[in-house]
Amino acid sequence: MIETPIQAIKTSTGRILRTEEMVVNMGPQHPSTHGVLRLEVVLDGEIVVDVIPHLGYLHRCFEKHCEHMTSYQQVIPYVDRMDYVAAMTNEHAFVVAAEKLLKIEVPERVHYIRIIMAELQRIASHLIAIGTFGIDMGAFTPFLYYFRDREKILELFEMTCGARLLYNYIWIGGLSHDIPPQFVEKTKEFCTDFKKTLKEVNDLLNYNEIFIKRTANVGILPKDLAINYACSGPMLRGSGVDFDLRRDDPYTLYNKFEWDVIVGKGEMGTVGDVWDRNIVRQREMWESLRIIEQAIATLPEGDVQKAVPKRIRPVPGDAYGRVEGPRGELGFYIVAEDSVTPYRIKARAPAFVNLSVINAISKGAMLADLVAIIGSIDIVLGEVDR
Amino acid sequence: MENILAFLNEPAVTMVLLALIPLVFILVYALVTIYFEMKVAAHIQNRLAYMETGWHGVIQPIADMLKLLQKEDIIPTSADKFLFILAPYLVFIGTYASFAVMPFSSGFIGSNIDLGIFYLVAASSLVVVGLLMAGWASNNKWSLFGALRSAAQIVSYEIPGVLAILGVVMVFGTMNMQTMTQMQDGGIQNWLIIGGNFPLGQKLALFPFMFILFIIYLLSSMAEVNRTPFDLPEAESELVQGYNTEYSGMKFAIFYLAEYANLFLVSAIVVVMFFGGWTSPFGSFMSGTVWSAFWFVLKGMSFVFLNIWLRWTLPRLRVDQLMYVSWKVLTPFALFCVIAIGFIMVI
Amino acid sequence: MTAQEIHDILKSQFGDAILEAKLENVPDPFIKIQTEKIKEAAEFTKSDERLQFDYLMCLSGVDYKGKLGITYHLYSMTHRHKIVLKIEVPTETPNVPSVESVWKTANWHEREAFDLFGFNFIDHPDQRRILLPDDWEGHPLRKDYQTPEFYNGMKVPY
Repeated sequence: MIETPIQAIKTSTGRILRTEEMVVNMGPQHPSTHGVLRLEVVLDGEIVVDVIPHLGYLHRCFEKHCEHMTSYQQVIPYVDRMDYVAAMTNEHAFVVAAEKLLKIEVPERVHYIRIIMAELQRIASHLIAIGTFGIDMGAFTPFLYYFRDREKILELFEMTCGARLLYNYIWIGGLSHDIPPQFVEKTKEFCTDFKKTLKEVNDLLNYNEIFIKRTANVGILPKDLAINYACSGPMLRGSGVDFDLRRDDPYTLYNKFEWDVIVGKGEMGTVGDVWDRNIVRQREMWESLRIIEQAIATLPEGDVQKAVPKRIRPVPGDAYGRVEGPRGELGFYIVAEDSVTPYRIKARAPAFVNLSVINAISKGAMLADLVAIIGSIDIVLGEVDR
Repeated sequence: MENILAFLNEPAVTMVLLALIPLVFILVYALVTIYFEMKVAAHIQNRLAYMETGWHGVIQPIADMLKLLQKEDIIPTSADKFLFILAPYLVFIGTYASFAVMPFSSGFIGSNIDLGIFYLVAASSLVVVGLLMAGWASNNKWSLFGALRSAAQIVSYEIPGVLAILGVVMVFGTMNMQTMTQMQDGGIQNWLIIGGNFPLGQKLALFPFMFILFIIYLLSSMAEVNRTPFDLPEAESELVQGYNTEYSGMKFAIFYLAEYANLFLVSAIVVVMFFGGWTSPFGSFMSGTVWSAFWFVLKGMSFVFLNIWLRWTLPRLRVDQLMYVSWKVLTPFALFCVIAIGFIMVI
Repeated sequence: MTAQEIHDILKSQFGDAILEAKLENVPDPFIKIQTEKIKEAAEFTKSDERLQFDYLMCLSGVDYKGKLGITYHLYSMTHRHKIVLKIEVPTETPNVPSVESVWKTANWHEREAFDLFGFNFIDHPDQRRILLPDDWEGHPLRKDYQTPEFYNGMKVPY
């Protein structure tokens, strides 16, 4: 951290010349705010003195809309549109909460397919996160390499449910369709191909000397602060906290598979810096691939619509269900009254919570570091603003 | 007919005609390079780029140019109008003026002055003024940021760059770019990057220093033309678009043109200093006025390609790291090389 | 630690301030606590060796028609257990002590609750609207909220 006091110089004519802090408006239309985030940045030269985030440019009254549905099932397309780069995970989170409220047990095959979809979605989302982070750092090429592979995942989704971005695939108690016959084969193919790209981009971006210089020791988020701000996902694990909901608060059958929780170790600098957060995402994709391969190999038979309720009318009460989304803990708090419509739905959006730490970790950084920090938080404004 | 010939022989007219040649070259070159850059970038990134307009999209740059010509020329209300309009032209003038001393071929050089490379360094410094002017006049904080960054960057990188040029000038004993080129004539073994046209002992002693100077000049030239990894002044993820954020239409096109012309200019300086300018790599084979122009452009374009390649591969440095590279790495090395070369040349 | 044990610890500490507890046969066991005591309870649950609720998962406002409520979902990174705390305030005087000083993450959650429900968080350092524009009137997630006809001259209902 560099200290530059505000200086005042008195000239010979008695005029006082002084340096001043500059307030710049980063966003809502700025290339690296990943959407419509607006940051009011106070700068002293290139050094960031203060950052004040302003949200809400993409607020679509999601929670209010949900109270006016005619059934719980109708909420799912809305949830899709929250975090539009990881719609499958959003559905999964809502469904987990709703099934907890309704006490529905789903068949094993549904769990397996949900896990495969969630992990594919995690890979797709991390691909965007790392790719756009590369753009923030000035490296454009890895982004397109990753988009090529994301395309393959979207094709798998399209094959399954006809949609490429917003699926409405995971239903309360089941799924909208079973997976098509070629899906298993194509997914295996994807897993094999994708490992090559992962190595390629590691060389091109993650272990690039300039990239390391730009990201190591930047935007350090200490362990205590991360927990105090309730950061989650790669943000929390990048800070060295060994915590993953898939393992520590298991919600489907994740504990049936063998995989590891990736934790930032501060290999290139300090634990919890931007590089750590990025590499956690990169390595998590390998773990996701491991889970997918195991799940595909042991996929049980069954009817995916067996447990889908015809009419949903829960007992009055409330439930909070959470899953490990690509960005972190995605939770839904559902309050139900004796009715077919939800009384209140609150979404605990991981990007919203993770973003709140930005002021604490970016003071004293340079303007270019601020861009790196925003990129490493991996925000999706659809989810922050809901 | 005779009247026309007499008119053409008028010194002033000849000068204007001579001056037009680099301008035509810049325009044609810019069109080619825009296409070239898009295609190279696309193939690096697993894409195809332009495919629709003409065969593999070859007339796309012309379409782009027409589009830019038709665009509305927007001047922000609170901008300083005079400076805002002047800035792009000043940037272009700085670059264009530098082409005057560029030895395009054994038979053509705009102005064969003895201060050649010195004039070139001076004229291309005018670009900084233009960029600062653009950033200030736009009345936009991001533009100002970009302009200040680019001024700091170009001024800093001029020092190692000029020191590298000084080393080369010491070896040749002249600042005339045509003479420099002629001294490297006779094939690839006489190029300065391999030690130049000197006795074997001196050549071997010069070789490592020349190589270091070449790297130093290459890096500082990349910084001077604001290309990745040194493209901080227009770092689009940080500063939106830097000093040319507010520019549109033809004014933006002129910035663009100047940037590409500058890219060729610095590549050409590298070629003249280290790679024998317009001389053929095979001695007298394939040499002559036309061939030498061919070699000059080919060599220049290969360095343009190198720049494009690096741009689409590397991430961007941060501003303090950029300054570190210039002041703490390149400048001391360049100074050391200059001293060493002095010793070698005296001995 | 089970919900019952957590409840016992809180009961012994706060006694009558614990208004209600539902620990079995519900998806998430919860403890309802007096509104004035919530900050104290938050500090206690975070600092107590046995509880160590250092992670505030979620803070949600709810309008129970006539009353407003806040639900705190707590989790402990050390002990890996969780509990839900609830409070209720009358709609007319929705004053709630802020827990921002205990869990920093509550800052934005409370701003959101203020924005959408109109709670007044006592001692909140920066209570501004967060999702809605600063000049928006009313708190839309209240059940009796009427959508305004116009906002800055723009027609609101489409």
